[in-house]
Amino acid sequence: MLQTSSNQHPVTASGLVKFVETSAGRIDILQRIDLTVSPGEAVAILGASGSGKSTLLGLLAGLDEASSGEVRLFGTSLGDLDEDGRAALRAGKVGFVFQSFQLLSGMTALENVMLPLELAGERGAEAAAKAALTAAGLSQRLHHYPSQLSGGEQQRVALARAFAPDPQVLFADEPTANLDAHTGETVADLLFSLQEQSDTVLILVTHDEMLARRCDRRLYLRDGVLENGA
Amino acid sequence: MNAFQFALRLLRRDWRAGELRLLASALVIAVASVTSVGFFTDRIERAMARQASEVLAADLRIESNRPLPEILVAEAERLKLPYARTLSFPSVILHRDTTQLVQVKAVSQGYPLRGQMRVRDSVDGEDREAVTVPASGEVWLEERLLPLLNITLGDSIKLGKRSFKVARIITYEPDRSANLFRLAPRLMVPTGDIGETGLLGPASRVRHYLLLAGPPSLMDDYRRWAEALDIGGVEVEDIRSARPELRSALDQGGRFLRLAAATAILLCMVAVALSSRRFVERQSDSSALIRCLGASRREVVQIFIVRLLGLGLIASLIGVLAGLGVQTLLIRLVGHWFSSQIPAPTAWPLVSGMITGILVLIGFSLPSIIRLGAVPPLRVFRRHLDAPPISYLLFLAAALLSLSILLIWQIGDDKMALRLIGGLLAGLAILLLISRMLVYLLAPLRNLTAGSWRYGLASLSRNPATTSIQLTGFGLGFTVLLLLAIVRVDLLASWQGALPDDSPNQFLINIQPQEVDAVDALLAQGGIKTNGLFPMIRGRLVSIDGNPVSRDNYENPRAQRLATRDFNISHATQPQSDNKIVSGNWWTETQLHEAWFSVEQGLAETLGIPLGAELEFEIAGSRVKGRVENLRTVEWDSFNVNFFVIGTPGLLGARPATYITSFYLPKEKRRLLHTLVQRFPSITALDVTALMTQVRTIMDRGALAVESVFLFTLAAGLVLLYAGIQASHELKAQETAVLRTLGVKRSVLLLSTLLEFALLGGLAGLVSAALASAISYSLAHAVFNLPWQLDLSMWFSALLFGALCVGIAGTLASRTLLNTPPLVTMRKI
Repeated sequence: MLQTSSNQHPVTASGLVKFVETSAGRIDILQRIDLTVSPGEAVAILGASGSGKSTLLGLLAGLDEASSGEVRLFGTSLGDLDEDGRAALRAGKVGFVFQSFQLLSGMTALENVMLPLELAGERGAEAAAKAALTAAGLSQRLHHYPSQLSGGEQQRVALARAFAPDPQVLFADEPTANLDAHTGETVADLLFSLQEQSDTVLILVTHDEMLARRCDRRLYLRDGVLENGA
Repeated sequence: MNAFQFALRLLRRDWRAGELRLLASALVIAVASVTSVGFFTDRIERAMARQASEVLAADLRIESNRPLPEILVAEAERLKLPYARTLSFPSVILHRDTTQLVQVKAVSQGYPLRGQMRVRDSVDGEDREAVTVPASGEVWLEERLLPLLNITLGDSIKLGKRSFKVARIITYEPDRSANLFRLAPRLMVPTGDIGETGLLGPASRVRHYLLLAGPPSLMDDYRRWAEALDIGGVEVEDIRSARPELRSALDQGGRFLRLAAATAILLCMVAVALSSRRFVERQSDSSALIRCLGASRREVVQIFIVRLLGLGLIASLIGVLAGLGVQTLLIRLVGHWFSSQIPAPTAWPLVSGMITGILVLIGFSLPSIIRLGAVPPLRVFRRHLDAPPISYLLFLAAALLSLSILLIWQIGDDKMALRLIGGLLAGLAILLLISRMLVYLLAPLRNLTAGSWRYGLASLSRNPATTSIQLTGFGLGFTVLLLLAIVRVDLLASWQGALPDDSPNQFLINIQPQEVDAVDALLAQGGIKTNGLFPMIRGRLVSIDGNPVSRDNYENPRAQRLATRDFNISHATQPQSDNKIVSGNWWTETQLHEAWFSVEQGLAETLGIPLGAELEFEIAGSRVKGRVENLRTVEWDSFNVNFFVIGTPGLLGARPATYITSFYLPKEKRRLLHTLVQRFPSITALDVTALMTQVRTIMDRGALAVESVFLFTLAAGLVLLYAGIQASHELKAQETAVLRTLGVKRSVLLLSTLLEFALLGGLAGLVSAALASAISYSLAHAVFNLPWQLDLSMWFSALLFGALCVGIAGTLASRTLLNTPPLVTMRKI
């Protein structure tokens, strides 16, 4: 494993390029992206729909491969790892929150939160999951299935699942986009409160300026280029 | 991470949440069908075999022309097997000055071990079951002896040195038929008295029998042990080697029951394949999420395989227990039809059910499950990202391997299994091709229609993969159901047709050539129709292609027996109506002078006689040579006069022959027999009514078993129907929610759903009718030896049945979607 001094920066990207070849020709999505995220930092990446925000998030999390350039996660270059290697790097250290919640419909709220803990082979997964759900204000909803929960509750379960293993980095993809303003606010409060408590790096992709303002840093993705915010 | 423990936890959650309900149901029904069919057929076949054992009066019969070694009895006693001894020999009885040739049978206590003997206590009395054997000093005899000797019950007759009182009339003797044409009228005496007759001298023609009964495994053990002793002149017989007409009925029934079991498996395989596909689709998000959270591809595959195998074991266990329960009910339902107690179930169907469950799952689910490991983790952001399509080659190889193993194993008949597999593969290719064409043809049609038609057609053409899978699944399901229905109808019809009410129930043998015209006239006078009087010549096969025929040349006991016995052969210008030439040609009018033989196919196979072989027979001290010009099959269960070997009139016409005929004699004309026997004393009349009743009973009960087993395949068909409809459930739910949100009326959606499924079902029905016709043609000719004809009404019925069945079931299954508020549906998706 390639360990470098950039260990202080949990996530770095340099010269990151992503394009896709289609029958109509090449489509450039990301062009030479450079990014360094410090420990405990909350970074918002803003951009219009289709600007490549989610693609960038996928590359930073090691869910996709860059066309060129480098991403380092916890100091390890993702380009040197295969898909399984990248998965192993994420295990227990990276959390996700998605726009569409991504809760498993066949599992209760408690079981959904237990999932990453069990995958990491942690003992006491149930107790930890219950604590996470209680912290998310869902102690009365432990045994409800996702279809029995409101959108806001589902996203709070997703947050509990993301924070339960105490991740070092959390990737959030439009976490409030599917919620009404009031519920979105509640979920955002919870997200930032948990992030501050755990000192987790947060990389948040959104098109919601208000939500982005709550982050330490705002970056804008325009025409595949990442620019610093005002 | 402990993938195994994690997988088991997920399995528990899946089970509770109903996620695996469809896959588990398909598997439970598959295993339950196979297990119950396995139990049922195993027990019914053994019961049928036991019932058929009546023709031996035992499960196993040991026969010799010398006293049987005591070691055979000692072994039976050691194994605690019930046994009885009988002796049989021709002799003459005397009453006053009249003598009569009889076939004496001496029986020990316990006889018969299988079946029952029936007797009458007076000439006009009703017959009843005989619970004992003749008492010491008594004989029982066949009714036709009474007019021949001019005696009645209570009179005394003399057998050898001892006198006996005539006590009862024998009306039915289970093993009487085993040597149908060699029997003079029967006289039965107790074995204890036979010594005093002084008839068992060294030169007597006594056949000694040891009858044994017991569980099949013990019978097999005993049989192997006895054959290994290799005692000269000793033959070991069971039902399958004893009577060709019963063997034919039993084999047909057995083959059909196994085909029915295989059909149930096939239906469930398709159901499992369809439900697995749905399971994989529903689990793709879960796979992506698990990979996203840090599991490797191998771990994901491991997790799903453990879940799958865990499910397989649980579902198979439930299936075998359900199968055990269902077969108990079925046995209760049909058990009373059998005269003997149905044998207890063996453990084998349980094991075979479990193996079947796992094999079905591995063959039809594993390739789809492996695909789950390839779902890209990026799917968590982009739901349209899916695993690369499954390799058709891998899927086909796994399915074909599992299908072949299961079918060849379950059917136990390579020829039938391979024809079925070949037909289904061709069917699969045709169905896939047609479904592709359908999608292609429907696409422009939807623009020409409106309302419900437009939505219905759009649903079919918009999702080519799902439409293909549904059409193929329904098509294969209908094909096997139709196939079974066709074969079942043909089989039952052929069974019933084989023994019409006016089937011959009397045989007259030993008719002298000079008596032929007079006998014919007498029968005609009595209003009796015969199929003709046939010459019968006794001959022994001495060589095949110049090689001497000897018992030592054969390992098969039946071949050994045939090699040493005289055949009844005949000559004819035309084959009997129930004979079918399977190779070579029957002789024409201009070829009647040729030195040719026609040989029954089974005999030819047993003795290794190829078409064109030169056979040499010894007939009345001289040798007759001829070439085998054709091989033919014979419907032995028709009770017509038939021969293993027939020669041309030119070859055998001049040989000394007696004549034989068979005819149906109604009860009210029984007196005619007495007249015949008195006028032509040398003629032997044989009444086979009881034997026919026995065969008819076996066929009737076989038919009932066949009908019951058919119900299982129908149940499996229903599961397949459900699985097929569920294949498009998610897609349909999403589409319905969107269309309802956009304001499309509920009635329009209901009608479009009905049209979509009816079109799918109708087409599947039509294609499957064509496929089932082709496969049934192949099976009817090569396996069941049944007549076959194209039935176009069946094609129409299949189309209608398919459209109605799938249309109604699909609409009913989708009704909940129409009744659920769109928001609720959307939230679930």
